[in-house]
This record gives sequence, structure tokens and C-alpha cells, in this order.
Amino acid sequence: MNRPSGLLRRVVPFPLLFLALLAMWLLLQQSLAPGHIVLGSFVALGATWVMTALDPQPVRLRRPVAMLRLALRVLVDVFRSNLAVGTIILRGNRRSDHAGFMTVQLDLRNEYGLAVLAIILTCTPGTLWVNHDPTRGTLLLHVLDLVDEQSWIDLIKHRYERLLMEIFE
Amino acid sequence: MSSAPLLPLWAAILVGALVVLGAAIALIGSIGLLRLNSFYARVHAPTLGATLGVGGILIGSMVCFSVLQSRPLIHEVLIALFVTITTPVTLMLLARAALHRDRVEGSSDVPQSDLASLERRDG
Repeated sequence: MNRPSGLLRRVVPFPLLFLALLAMWLLLQQSLAPGHIVLGSFVALGATWVMTALDPQPVRLRRPVAMLRLALRVLVDVFRSNLAVGTIILRGNRRSDHAGFMTVQLDLRNEYGLAVLAIILTCTPGTLWVNHDPTRGTLLLHVLDLVDEQSWIDLIKHRYERLLMEIFE
Repeated sequence: MSSAPLLPLWAAILVGALVVLGAAIALIGSIGLLRLNSFYARVHAPTLGATLGVGGILIGSMVCFSVLQSRPLIHEVLIALFVTITTPVTLMLLARAALHRDRVEGSSDVPQSDLASLERRDG
């Protein structure tokens, strides 16, 4: 993302957040009328100014292609794991005996990247983000079908973490 | 539901199938909440309803109202977006609270250290 210069930066402190909020407003109003665009801009502007008080760490997003690939991967994996977890539930109690904790060593350090990874892993049925140790970079996970630990490590390291590092670092 | 008969047959079938599918997936998730046998395993179950369950119902809703009003209506994506972002936060909080309690109680069901499985793997 290119950095907006001085004045624009001061008027619109978080351009991406501004655009996202404006888009949300227009979606809620279900209209692209100029009046709604003006009103939505005011709301979005107000919210971004409030955001400056929180002073969040600047985020730098790169590689839109990687974002698209990650989104597609997550979509496919959500379908697959819904199917897998659904089968485990319907088949009965015996399979859930495989549930257990495991630890993964993460190389991803960026806060925002970790937040996205946490949401991906938790909202995908079958994996649950439990505890992350930022000093050691270890992640404690709970997995519903913990038969092959290595395959879960490969999934996280190769399918998600590499792309997230491309996007955020 | 007075406008429902205005849906053309193909749309009615499509919307019906999507909504029933989404509801069925959410139901399976709820059954899982009942049947799985540990707290941590049960936390996995509601995510079925929060992902594909919600997805199916919302896509059905989008198709239904877009056809009825003859223009694309996609504001349901906001529901999907916010459900996807907020559900994991609650689930993570629940899991961490449970882990903390179990560790304090010295339960043998949870690893006392985050590194337990790394040490096991590395021998």
C-alpha cells in the first residue's frame, strides 16, 4: 500500500479503515446515492479520528495476490474441515478420543499476522487456538482429530504461515 | 412471507436447498456440542454453524431478496464478516479460561506447559 502524504495523512489517518467503514455504511444503506456517500464519509472519518486515540501499531499490507490465495485456501479448508468434523460428530464418541493438544513453533511474529492466523485456525472447525507464547513463538493448539501431528504442523506452517509472512512482514 | 410465492420455481428450490443445508450444518454443530466428550472438543462444534451453516443461510437470503427485488442485495456479507471475526474471539476466551482453570487445578487432561508436545516430539 502506498503511503499517503502529509496533509491527506492528517485528515484521513487510516485510509484503509476509512474505506472499509464507508463500504460498510453503503452496504448497510443498500445504496450508492451521493447523500449516503457523504454521510458515510462523515461517519467513517469520525471513527478513524477516534482510532488515532488508540494509537495502533502501523500495519503494512503487501502482496494482494497472496491475500487472495490465502482467502481461497481458507475457504477450501473451511469446507473440508466442516465435512471432517461433521463426520466425527455423527459417527459418535469413539473418534473424539483422538482429540488433544499439540504445540507448533511459529516463525510469524507480526501481531496482525498472528491475529489473522488465530481467527483462521479457530473459525475452522477442528482446530482451536489456545495459547501463544510471544517470547518463544510457540502456539498451543487443540485439535479434534489428532492422529498425525506432523500433518497439522505442515498445514499451519506451509499453507497459512508462509502466506501470512509474505503479507505482513 | 406474503412475497414468497413471487419467487420463480428455480429460485425457490435453490433458496430452500441452501437454507435447509445451512440449518442442517448448524444442527450437526449443536449435536456435536451435546455429544463430544470434553470441553475442548465441544468448543469445535459450534464453528460448524458459524462458518458453513451461516454461509448457506446467508447465500440463500441473498439469492431470495436479490430475485424478489430484481437487484443485487449483498449486505448479508456484513453478517458473515462479523460472525467470522467475532465467534473465534469468544471461543478463544472460553478455551483459555478453561485451560487456566485446569492448569491451576493440576488436571491431567491438559498439558501443564505449552512445550509438552514439542519435548515429546524431539525426544
